[in-house]
Amino acid sequence: MLRGDFDRSLMELQNGLLELGLLVEEAIVKSMDALERRDLTASFEVVKDDEHINRLRFKLEESSIDLIATQQPLAIDLRTLIAVLQIAVELERMGDYAEGIGKVSMIIGDEQVFEPIDDLKRMSNYGIEMLRRSLQAWVDRDVEAARQIWDDDDKVDSLYREVCRDLFSGMSREPKRIERSTHLLWVAHDLERIADRATNIAERVIFLVTGNTSPDKTDATGTG
Amino acid sequence: MPSTESILRTDNLSVYYGTKRAVTDVSLDVPSNQITAIIGPSGCGKSTLLRCFNRMNELIPTASTTGKVYFHGEDLYAEHVDPAEIRFQIGMVFQRPNPFPKSIFDNVAFGPKINGFKGDMAELVETSLVRAALWDEVKDRLNASALSLSGGQQQRLCIARTLAVKPQVILMDEPCSALDPIATLAIEEVMRELAEEYSIVIVTHNMQQAARVSHYTAFMMTEESRTGILAEYGESRQIFTNPRDERTEAYITGRFG
Repeated sequence: MLRGDFDRSLMELQNGLLELGLLVEEAIVKSMDALERRDLTASFEVVKDDEHINRLRFKLEESSIDLIATQQPLAIDLRTLIAVLQIAVELERMGDYAEGIGKVSMIIGDEQVFEPIDDLKRMSNYGIEMLRRSLQAWVDRDVEAARQIWDDDDKVDSLYREVCRDLFSGMSREPKRIERSTHLLWVAHDLERIADRATNIAERVIFLVTGNTSPDKTDATGTG
Repeated sequence: MPSTESILRTDNLSVYYGTKRAVTDVSLDVPSNQITAIIGPSGCGKSTLLRCFNRMNELIPTASTTGKVYFHGEDLYAEHVDPAEIRFQIGMVFQRPNPFPKSIFDNVAFGPKINGFKGDMAELVETSLVRAALWDEVKDRLNASALSLSGGQQQRLCIARTLAVKPQVILMDEPCSALDPIATLAIEEVMRELAEEYSIVIVTHNMQQAARVSHYTAFMMTEESRTGILAEYGESRQIFTNPRDERTEAYITGRFG
């Protein structure tokens, strides 16, 4: 393969990664909308469509392995391929959380969901925003933007604690809410994990640019 | 720069062929008991630099140097230093295996003989061949011609020949470029084992080889009017995963050169 062909393959691979990111974003948005609106058909679609996300992840993985085996990449090429492999896994797992939310929605069935749906929506909005920004940081190779995504994870974590507290106190006040509240705890957990995974993507962006495999929050330049 | 003690060091070394400068202001520390690879595009001065480490460049009539080369901290080019003696201490293995048209035994015994070696020659030959990972393949035919060996075996014989005169440093100028992948791996294994006792400097065009086998890598290049500059030097791991210099990055990812 000539250098130009290799560059094109790397570009296609990265476009595939962004496509995977879009599918995952759509799945998260749809899963939360369906949960709020009690649209079981839409929830079912989220569960079913997770298959597309899985397939695309494996396709990206195969392409990355092919390029590693045939091109013996070094330096930025090597870091790009390693980061694509890792980010594809993060995205696929985020898709699984959306699928999990879809399943919870189907378990809840026709029952209405009120509290704490607003906080859950806020959590998911943060998560989606973090996902978008982490992929934008990837496109822009922007270490500083990637680092800022950590701060948002703190906000999601504190919202998560709040939601858990509310659900637990609701359960102790009204034991008949235990089952539904437990389901919503799962949703909150899925959303918290989505934000964590977005943070992992941001870390991989820092690795891509700086070569630092374990950047920490204080590491603005990521040199190491 | 390597943190371990250095055995060879150049200080602002420039090499000229006539008026043409082939190496420009190279300052480089070669660490003891490590493998240091020199990589770079053709004509970037890597073999020229390698030859300065045992004064072989002096054999080229028009060659001259400025700057310093130190061996164990002593000026290698000082007047009292005997280049022939230096070439025993700092041996060289070449691109194409060049055994003498003599027996396998005599090839290895040649250096020690002219050095006036008085000990057990058979033992010295055996030890040298064992270290070069050739003994098992030739022990039953030490009197056969060295030219009857395969290319990979001939190259290991040349390594054994270098080892027989008990060098401290082994210089290798593309030692695997004429060999197939299996013979290449055999040489690389020998190199890794030898690095426990010797310091090795290898010039190679094969970046995967430099990445596989060396501890440190120096990247040389030519920039406009400056031929043979040292662009980057560091741990091989760092050079091949995360080079600091964008010129190194461009070269090792195949974007120039």
